[in-house]
Parts: sequence; C-alpha cells; structure tokens
Amino acid sequence: MKPKVIRYLDKGEFPIGEGEALALYRAMRRARFFDEKALLLQRQGRLGVYAPFMGQEAAQVGVALALGEKDFVVPSYRESAMLLARGLPIHTLILYWRAHPAGWRFPQGVRAVNPYIPIATQIPQAVGLALAGRYRGEGWVVATSIGDGGTSEGDFHEGLNFAAVFDAPVVFLVQNNGYAISVPRQRQMRVDYIARRAEGYGIPGVVVDGNDAFAVYLEAKKAVERARRGEGPTLLEALTYRLAPHTTSDDPSRYRTREEEEAWRAKDPILRLRKALEDQGLWGVEAEEALLGELEEEFAREVALADQAPEPTPEMIVEHVYAQMGPDQRRAWEALRQGKHVEELW
Amino acid sequence: MVAEKARVLNLVQAINEALDLALAWDERVLVFGEDVGRLGGVFRVTEGLQAKYGEKRVFDTPLAESGILGLAIGLAMGGLRPVAEIQFAGFLYPALDQILSHLGRWRHRSRGRVGLPVVVRAPYGGGVHTPEQHADSPEALLAHTPGVKVVIPSSPERAKGLLLAAIEDEDPVFFLEAIKLYRGVRAEVPEGYYTLPLGKARVVREGRHATLIGYGGMVEVMLEAAGVAAKEGVEVMVVDLETLVPLDEETLLEAVRETGRAVVVYEAMRTGGFGAEIAARIAEGAIDYLQAPVVRVAGYDAPYPPFSAIEHYYRPNARRVLAALRRVLGF
Repeated sequence: MKPKVIRYLDKGEFPIGEGEALALYRAMRRARFFDEKALLLQRQGRLGVYAPFMGQEAAQVGVALALGEKDFVVPSYRESAMLLARGLPIHTLILYWRAHPAGWRFPQGVRAVNPYIPIATQIPQAVGLALAGRYRGEGWVVATSIGDGGTSEGDFHEGLNFAAVFDAPVVFLVQNNGYAISVPRQRQMRVDYIARRAEGYGIPGVVVDGNDAFAVYLEAKKAVERARRGEGPTLLEALTYRLAPHTTSDDPSRYRTREEEEAWRAKDPILRLRKALEDQGLWGVEAEEALLGELEEEFAREVALADQAPEPTPEMIVEHVYAQMGPDQRRAWEALRQGKHVEELW
Repeated sequence: MVAEKARVLNLVQAINEALDLALAWDERVLVFGEDVGRLGGVFRVTEGLQAKYGEKRVFDTPLAESGILGLAIGLAMGGLRPVAEIQFAGFLYPALDQILSHLGRWRHRSRGRVGLPVVVRAPYGGGVHTPEQHADSPEALLAHTPGVKVVIPSSPERAKGLLLAAIEDEDPVFFLEAIKLYRGVRAEVPEGYYTLPLGKARVVREGRHATLIGYGGMVEVMLEAAGVAAKEGVEVMVVDLETLVPLDEETLLEAVRETGRAVVVYEAMRTGGFGAEIAARIAEGAIDYLQAPVVRVAGYDAPYPPFSAIEHYYRPNARRVLAALRRVLGF
C-alpha cells in the first residue's frame, strides 16, 4: 500500500501551538542565515569545504526541536541546522568547518556528537548510544539522520535491523532530497518511498512533506514519544530538496535542471512556514527585520569568537589518539613540539 | 596484584573467568556477539555467563559484524564498557568501516570528548583444521589502524590478566585469541581479579646467542625451538610481545642488542605482516648491534590454506624456526 505523505501547510491547517510554531520558524531562519553566511565565508577563503543544507531546514529543525533535553543527535555532515537547533554554538560550528581542532570538541552540555563523514556508519552507532541510555536508566532517545543515497549502504540495513530487534529508542530521519551528490533516487532503489522499507524491519515507517515544518515536527514528536515509551524505533522519511550544491566543491548544473531547482525554490520550507504564521497574524515584516538584525549581530559576535581561536600547533596531531600517549605518540609529540620531524630526534 | 591460589585451566576457561570477573566487578560491562548467549559461544568462551548475569548484560546479536562493532561504539559513547565477540578474526572484514573510520578515531576527532573503552575479542590463527576463512591472522591490519590497541596473549595466565586490563582500558582494544591454544594449552592460573599491564613485552626465556620474537600462538613454537637449540648448546632468548600496539620497543631492542641476532616469528602472511614492523624497528634502533640480517619466519604469501592435508606447511613450526636460527647463527 502506498504510504500517505503527511502535510499540513498550504491547507490552512495550524496543528501546533503558537509558541512552538514561532520557535520552529526562528530556529529555521537562524539556520538559513548561518548557511548563507557560511557560503560567503567559504568564498572569502574563511571556511574550508562546506556542505550546505539550504532547503532542508524544516526536516532538520523539526526533528531537533521534537527532542527532549537529555536526548542525543547523531548527525551526518549535512546536519548543521540540526546541530544549531540542538544548541551547538555558532563559533564552534564555524571552527568545525574551518577544520580547526577547537571546533571538533563539542561542548560538554551539547547533546550531539561530531558529524559523520562515511555514509551510514552512524546508524548502528546511534542504536548503541540509545541502548546505553536504556541500560543505564537514563531514558534518552537518539535521533540520527541520513540521506536517500545513504540508505543503499549495508550499515543502514544492519543498524535498522539491530534497532528493531532490540526495540532501541531511536528516530531514524531520512532526508530524501532526491540526489546522492549527482545520482538520482531512481538509481539507488526500486521502492517509491524509503519509509516502506520499515515494514521489512518490522518497525513503523512514516513519510512527511519534508518542507512542512509542522508535519516533520509532529511526526518526529510521535516517534520520540513512542521511543520513550519503550515501543522502539521509527523510520521517518522527509521528502525535501537541497537547494544548494552538495558541497562548495560541487556543480549541480551538471546533473539537474534550473527548472527543477526553481520548482523547489517555490516550496522553500521557510517561506511556507512564514506564510502560515502571517496568515495567523503571528509574523510580519517588522518581526522578520528584527529577527534578521538579531541574527546579524549574533553572527558577527560568533565569527569574532571563532577568529580568536589560537592557531593549532603541530603536536596536536598526536594528541588524543589514546587517553594516554603511547611511546610512539610521545616521541612524535616531542619532535613536533620542538619544530622537528621525528627522524631528527634519533 | 596476583591472587595466591592457582588452578590449572585452559585458555577458554581462563578467558571465561576473566569475563565472569569483569561482569561481576563492573556493571558497565556488557558481553555480546553471535551465539555468545544461550550457546556460550562457538568455542564456549562465554559459557554460563548469560545464565549468571542475564540477557541484559550477556546477549546474542543479529548476524552482522558491522552492526556489532557499531553497536559497541555507540554503547561506549553512552558510558558503557562493551566486550564484543567476533566469532572468528576472519569475520572482522565486514566491520572494517566501523573499525578504520570510527573505532580508533573518535577520541581524536572529538579532541578527547568521546573515548571508546571497547574490547573486541576474536579467535585467530590456524593449526586446527578449521574451515576456509576461519584461520586468518589479521593483526597487522588492526595494528595499522590509529587509535586502537592490539593484544595477543600466549597463555591462560597471561590471557586472564591482560583481558581484565583491556576491559579497564579507556581505549579500544582488539584481543586476539589463538584458536590453537584454546584447548591446546593448560597452565596454572591465579584465582581472583588481577590485571597485567598492556604495552609491555616480556622475555620468557633468557639466552645469549640469538633472539626469537613473536606473540600469541607462536610463543610455544619459539619455546619449543629454543628447547631443541639448547640441546645443541645454543642459548636462545625468547620474547613474547603480548601487546603489538602500543609496542614495547625498549624491551624488544634491548633483547636484540643482547644477542645481535634476531628471528621474528608470526603466522600471518609474510608481506606486510606485523613481523615486518618488528624487523623495521630493529633495523632503525639496533642495526649497530646486529651480526646477521633479521630473518622472518611467517605464513606464505597466499591465503591460509583451507586444505587440511597441507595446512601445517603454512603455519610456522619449530623446525622452520630452527632453520632460521641456523641461518642467523651461521651468517
């Protein structure tokens, strides 16, 4: 049976509280602001290779805000919006994308781990983290995220199967943006909806309009509550679109059309949510301008903070390999600290 | 600390006892893998543990090695001390992405925030006519992975103390158990909880004419060769590395400097094996003392042979070690 795509926006429905809706909007707008600024910084040579998420804010923020305080996010590299919504400081995120070690140690209070670069390896790890919380009686839920292409990997299958067998409290968000870099969904799978695969694992699968913040948020909330009640994992597929390139090194004009991009631009999740808020009289030009002013100020402050991070030193290469350095790291550390190569110490 | 009373145990029993003590000692310890629960493991290493500690702490997983490693990483991230079993070391390969990309990198990439006290136990090596793919010795592959430790015990007494130390360790440890030794060796093992230090090699036999260096299942082979050599008046030193990573280079080089002649013994394929690393360290650190080239005795550059009638030609034995000794002594 074809799953129903859950959608509220554009139908005049307003299924969540005003406060929650405004929180969603602010977090999504803040994320978009970061994304635009990050692309500019990259163009100025002030950021390394960057993976933008533009267009996927509803999917990422909707899930992040559905979580409770003690819950964890286990993200892939495109989930900067999710990390921001979980409270990762902007300057840490900038330093992360600058490939500066100071951005790779997330602050202790942030319930998220570093983004994963290999595809799908985060899925079984998220299951382990969730089961650790259950074993310890902490009761935290883990939300992890992957793209449509990532679901072709073996670890996606192994992780979902483990989660199902152990009733792990995990929400698996699949951001189906139609492409794995350049390869379209049709070349990844024969199923029409990824959520249908949930049945193969014996777990619930849900499809939402991923550019509808209400739909993502509400379904994520249900999945989180189900996980917290001990009823196991949920596969949540969010249909969305990456409006920007895969990374700052990518050229999407080689694999998709302008028309397609324009069609999705019209379905921008931020514009759609803003319209719903405006229809209710909850938002307007003034509020938007005030918000943008705040964001501009915040970003300037955070960039200044990031710029203050001291230059990494060569011996950092061999730090944190082990809890305590072995003899080989120690020797290399001494050499690097003295500005030498290890060979010069013999 | 070593408890006083000792009994004679085989390697399976000694490891079982270590797991039992770790489970009793620390409630963060979980033991899991394929068939480790009700069956007690295909080699019975986990026998009785599920009945004693329950299914929450000792449990079977689906048959998926990458899933097992990923699960272990996540559990450790969440503050636990997973001890995962991979049924045979040759079955680690589906989990290499988890191992190479994550297990040894989390501490580094999180700049110390996320350490992973994971132990992965796996039986390795040949000599007992196992089916194809069941006799691999992939220690060099693991030792070539940054951020993990590799421990290979050579006796029941060492195995028990080293495994307890591995479980206490804050970093991921691969603990490889020689299948040939599981029931092939019996020795006195102290009762009670004790640990032996990781990262320390030890001289298991003194000698002044040549030095044999190896680990795990090769230690008894080296000792046998040294015993034969002694009858001809040749005194051979034997070094058991025990921990490949971090390597105790000091003890290794000192043992080679004393005799000036070194033979490295390992049962994995010769090219790129861990013995090559040992030979390189000797060349870098003790060349001035060498009176002969370093010689390796190892498996051949071929898959471990699944053909039982000829497999004993692959795994180094005392005869081949003696031939190598003759070469370095006659140089």
